[in-house]
Amino acid sequence: MEKILEVKDLHISFHTFGGEVQAIRGVNFDLLKGETLAIVGESGSGKSVTTKALMRLLPESNSEIKTGEILFGGKDLAKLSDKAMQKIRGKEISMIFQDPMTSLNPTMKIGKQIIEPIIKHQKLSKSAAKKRAIEILDLVGIPNPEVRFEQYPHQFSGGMRQRVVIAIALACNPKVLIADEPTTALDVTIQAQILELMKDLQKKIDTSIIFITHDLGVVANVADRVAVMYGGKIVEIGTVDEIFYNPQHPYTWGLISSMPTLDSDDEELYAIPGTPPDLLHPPKGDAFAPRNAYAMKIDLEKQPPMFKVSDTHYAATWLLHPDAPKVEPPPAVKRRQREFLEMKEGN
Amino acid sequence: MATTEKLVEIKNLKQYFNIGKANEVRAVNDISFDIYRGETLGLVGESGCGKSTTGRTIIRLYDATDGEVIFDGVNVHGKKSKAELKEFNRKMQMIFQDPQASLNPRMKVSDIIAEGIDIHGLAKSKEERKRRVVELLETVGLNKEHANRYPHEFSGGQRQRIGIARALAVEPEFIIADEPISALDVSIQAQVVNLMKKLQKEKGLTYLFIAHDLSMVKYISDRIGVMYFGKLVELAPADELYQNPIHPYTQSLLSAIPLPDPNYERNRKRKTYNPSVHQYTEGDDVQFREIKPGHFVQCSLKEWEQYKAQYAK
Repeated sequence: MEKILEVKDLHISFHTFGGEVQAIRGVNFDLLKGETLAIVGESGSGKSVTTKALMRLLPESNSEIKTGEILFGGKDLAKLSDKAMQKIRGKEISMIFQDPMTSLNPTMKIGKQIIEPIIKHQKLSKSAAKKRAIEILDLVGIPNPEVRFEQYPHQFSGGMRQRVVIAIALACNPKVLIADEPTTALDVTIQAQILELMKDLQKKIDTSIIFITHDLGVVANVADRVAVMYGGKIVEIGTVDEIFYNPQHPYTWGLISSMPTLDSDDEELYAIPGTPPDLLHPPKGDAFAPRNAYAMKIDLEKQPPMFKVSDTHYAATWLLHPDAPKVEPPPAVKRRQREFLEMKEGN
Repeated sequence: MATTEKLVEIKNLKQYFNIGKANEVRAVNDISFDIYRGETLGLVGESGCGKSTTGRTIIRLYDATDGEVIFDGVNVHGKKSKAELKEFNRKMQMIFQDPQASLNPRMKVSDIIAEGIDIHGLAKSKEERKRRVVELLETVGLNKEHANRYPHEFSGGQRQRIGIARALAVEPEFIIADEPISALDVSIQAQVVNLMKKLQKEKGLTYLFIAHDLSMVKYISDRIGVMYFGKLVELAPADELYQNPIHPYTQSLLSAIPLPDPNYERNRKRKTYNPSVHQYTEGDDVQFREIKPGHFVQCSLKEWEQYKAQYAK
């Protein structure tokens, strides 16, 4: 599969009064053409910072890309000038934000907001841009696009607004679409519609999607591959089946066991103890070690490298080292592993 | 554990806004249900269905248009002296949806949490007040360094935990939690839910848990009510509701929940709800009826028979 975007050894820091916050501490991943890569992790794990860096949306005043490359179409986005970046932002890579109310301009008709990127990037005339905008509104499932074109954001419901935001993001047929928790603010029924719409559109215009969320249900629904982030690093990456049915990293175990399934009984939910690491003073060893029941001595001293589980599946935990003792994953994870094996044999 | 003693009775509660104007909104339109002492009643539905308004009317943040809320034998909306109101306010607390808007940005966290303690005189000395604040912070997963900070210094998730600590500070009997965990991370959600369950066991708290995350609601609730357009359309024990959803809206809502299971997701069939399936005609007596003990559905007489027959199979 063709790689459309490569992120190599990315380090990002924020300079604050308290000192340097190392928000991203060596992130590596590829994005393949036409795939959906979900990035999961708790707040502060660096998932939003990573994607904002891809768009170069981080504030210049206090943030810094220390090292690393973001390779896209033969260019390194990490070193591009502002002006060159403007040609990419919204055209080649575009973004959908969490809250559709704050990402639309309330004083502008939505039609004008959609044709803005089209005129800017595709150099179309106003009338041609309007035609295109109405086509896109129709594509994202907004009824009466000609009428809606002339309306303001407050005249739309939450779900419809998010459709408009998607329409703006897709106006220039981007190669990469970054969706930062696009359905978190929506109801389940509307969320289901928006997810279906995004999957449908992805097929039609063949774009790659980076999908940020902390809802593992949504991940299971949309993702082809999943990257799990913790403390500014990717700790596990693999196909959606590998992450859900054969997770290796104790943090992924914790995430999966902490979600109740509809048939989980009255047993206490597994909660990952403790709080996220303080990235002002990142730990020397594995950032997850203090919260990890399976932590070994080496976890506190040395950061684990990425161990290979399969061609598509990697995890950064010392438990995968050949010399590590065998440990039992939590029951919820074991149940999943067993089901997965049965499923494989069934095929 | 849930008992059969009614702690809160909601009788024909109505909450209308802009009454008599062209834009009258019937946010809560004639709903009745009971909340038993020690149980968790989940309330789900899409935004704008009136679930938050129901919660806010129960705690008297709004004056009910009509109907009654009986808490521990006393009508919440009746005329009350200041002292009675104060006593009532201590017994019933609320955790709000938006932690950003529900914390005063000019107050230190310690003062936000201790506000209730001060008003009700629950701490005898400064040291005790401080100790309780620290305890409460630790219960909700923060630490004592956080006490002297201001709300803007916290993430959304941490702010919500401050809101929970504040509600717990006055040791209430009944807590209305309005989407308390939707702003939190999955791992933290589990911590908070476990915490709420633990507190319930220890202190015999009763919860009204309003949310749209249905899998979490199922996990925490003993019974669940489903709301649609200001009406309660179905109310049943949690397992019962998930196994035998009767009302077409409930079915549609359940079919929309994404589960953390890729295989299930690939084969998921989503149902849509169209209110016209009921084909109610004028004169149909659409009411909240019991299909089987404890399982209520909003339906007409004809549908009632139909649902019961469906059930018997």
